[in-house]
Amino acid sequence: MNLRRDVFQAIADPTRRAILLLVASQTMTAGAIAANFDTARPTVSKHLQILTECELLKQEQTGREIHYHINAKKMKEVADFIEPFRQMWDDRFNKLEAIMKQYKNK
Amino acid sequence: MELKTKINAEPGKHDLTITREFDLPVELLFKAYAEPEIVAQWMGTNVLKLENKQHGGYQFETTDAKGNVVFRGNGAIHEFCPNQKITRTFQMENTPFDVQLEFLEFIKLTDDTSKINIHTVYRSVVLRDQMLALPFAQGINMAHNRLQDIVSKLK
Repeated sequence: MNLRRDVFQAIADPTRRAILLLVASQTMTAGAIAANFDTARPTVSKHLQILTECELLKQEQTGREIHYHINAKKMKEVADFIEPFRQMWDDRFNKLEAIMKQYKNK
Repeated sequence: MELKTKINAEPGKHDLTITREFDLPVELLFKAYAEPEIVAQWMGTNVLKLENKQHGGYQFETTDAKGNVVFRGNGAIHEFCPNQKITRTFQMENTPFDVQLEFLEFIKLTDDTSKINIHTVYRSVVLRDQMLALPFAQGINMAHNRLQDIVSKLK
């Protein structure tokens, strides 16, 4: 099995991307995730299964509930997942530098 | 080209550092953090409140073109040493993210250059990774949406 290819197939689906985006902001149960979609619950479960199988999501059992959270390590394999975060700060700092250079010359 | 802004986030830790060198005297770098109008410009947000003092607070709010609030964040300022250091908390409002602690150090390199060192501490490893993943998740979502737009136009 080509796991790497599977990861890219996993993120090629819009519902699965929406799930990743949702879970990136908080740890959630399958029920809570499903509540965000019009799709049937078994369909969402299938998406969660695929995301878990290719390790983009991690399951965590707490009591009777299973919580899903993002697997940062695996995300890093897909791309350097820190890069957009770095880019966001780099853009802000570039702006800061440009503004203050103008300020200095006033 | 060497990257100007550096992120250090070791796996399995609940903190990270952001460092960046500037072609600016440290006084000007610090001013960019202390003056509300300047903060608003480079952060791209409205500054509702910025009390630069020990036990002061601050609040940011970003609205879209229609005036809807798309982001609101606030924090408490714990320490404010001009041209040296700001210690503060930060929390995004209306999100499940817990508060984070930020240590901002302003370092003079030469008369015309300076450096910022931001050490951010999160409550958990999972929370830190979520914060790191957020721009990534938004990015792939936007990229795929753009791709879909282009593909649908080709049909």
